[in-house]
Amino acid sequence: MAAELVSPVDAIVKVRGISKSYGDVEALRDVDLDFPRGKLTSLLGPSGCGKTTLLKIIAGLVPRDAGTVTVNGKQVDKPGPERAFVFQDFALMPWATVMRNVAFGLELRGVAKAEREEKARHFIAEVGLAGFERKYPHELSGGMRQRVGLARALCVDADVLLLDEPFSAVDEQNRRKFQEDLIRLRTSQAKTFIFVTHSIEEAVYISDRIVLLSPRPGRVSRIIEPQIDRSGDPDRIHRNQHYLDTVEEIWQGLKQYVE
Amino acid sequence: MTLFGYRIPMMASLLVWFAAWEIVGRFDLIFILPPFSQVLAAAVELVQTATWQSATVSTLRAFVTGMVLAILAGIPLGVLMGRFKVADDLLGMWVNIFSSAPLSAIVPVLMILFGFGEKTIVASVFLFAVWIIVLDTRAGVRHVSPSLIEMARCYGASRPALYTKIVMWAALPEILAGIRLGLIRGVKGVVIGQLLVAIVGYGALFETFSRNFRMAEFWALTLILFAFALIVADLIERVEAKVEFYAGARQ
Repeated sequence: MAAELVSPVDAIVKVRGISKSYGDVEALRDVDLDFPRGKLTSLLGPSGCGKTTLLKIIAGLVPRDAGTVTVNGKQVDKPGPERAFVFQDFALMPWATVMRNVAFGLELRGVAKAEREEKARHFIAEVGLAGFERKYPHELSGGMRQRVGLARALCVDADVLLLDEPFSAVDEQNRRKFQEDLIRLRTSQAKTFIFVTHSIEEAVYISDRIVLLSPRPGRVSRIIEPQIDRSGDPDRIHRNQHYLDTVEEIWQGLKQYVE
Repeated sequence: MTLFGYRIPMMASLLVWFAAWEIVGRFDLIFILPPFSQVLAAAVELVQTATWQSATVSTLRAFVTGMVLAILAGIPLGVLMGRFKVADDLLGMWVNIFSSAPLSAIVPVLMILFGFGEKTIVASVFLFAVWIIVLDTRAGVRHVSPSLIEMARCYGASRPALYTKIVMWAALPEILAGIRLGLIRGVKGVVIGQLLVAIVGYGALFETFSRNFRMAEFWALTLILFAFALIVADLIERVEAKVEFYAGARQ
């Protein structure tokens, strides 16, 4: 399936020859990947395939052993304003209100209070949390907390959103709702999403492009573009034959890595 | 607590003990224990004397100065040890030794260094209070969620912002606990320091009362000190309760 690795027309993030080891454990070996602008690309694979490591290398949070990451044509080594991160455990400041959490990226950039709160209010509404501005994280459910995390990432107006298993700490019903909202948000926000997940269904449900990683060491094993029509009722996607076939196909491919 | 269906306020148990004290005191069994009512009367009289007032001022001044210094030194040291392994390896052993050592033994040395005045008392308060503040701050900083730190870096926090906006706040519950324990130890420090120097503040008063067997006044002063330590600790506890909600919510 190497033919599928051909560089897409406009890749906003380019990863070349990335390798990373933790002591004796080789997490990633020589990974080359392109992430097309405006698309949602999922990194999918069993635990230990280095998908989160790869995402954090792109974010500039984890140093790489070899290789380069370029964003908008510029090589990056550290976090930057063109990338925003959504954390698996939400990483909200428990001592700050929803408002301050969402506006935190702008606060760090020195944006004036009135201006950043106006912007934050917009994105709080955008993720469906209007009216919760003055609440604290511990007063919210897991699903709502991650919405705060997402609003914070949207608020800094980055080109690339990096999401590290954002729904894994959210209960099943909220996850379904959240996935639907993400599909809707994607159409309203012209962003590039890079999404790490271990759920095949989730990847197929929301992605334009799925990168399958094989474990130990993590390498790209396949790239799939599930051409699923996501207009209309999001519930229909789950019964779409093409959706079901793609899930099954990926499962057959990943099975060998699961003990 | 409830008794025969009535709610009894928390401090009610004290009344029982004060009653017992009164009864034992009235029997006149031992001269060191006058009845509680006499102690109370002595306390009322004591606080009106100029000696007590000036002793209190000097004691409070030494206590507050020593505590401020301990907090100002203890928190940065604890943050340093919590964040940097080198600092932890270098200082950890000493902080642990000092936090458990019988510090009273060192106070005479302080006297040689700082003389027979308030400086020695300040140093003694500092020495008693600082280590627990260092240790608790270190523990708090160590428990700051790594993803909160990553979050701050990710959204462009400068190094100072990382500390002032994330680390200090995330470690606040432990820092406050350290300050509360430090205050209690600081009270010990001020008393022990003054007793050993014996010519300033409460130390001089204790010395006078016990040498002249003025037990009612001796106990009155002791009660005042206990009450002070409890009130200070309680005040900090109230502040702690305000931040507790997020200590529990931390990941």
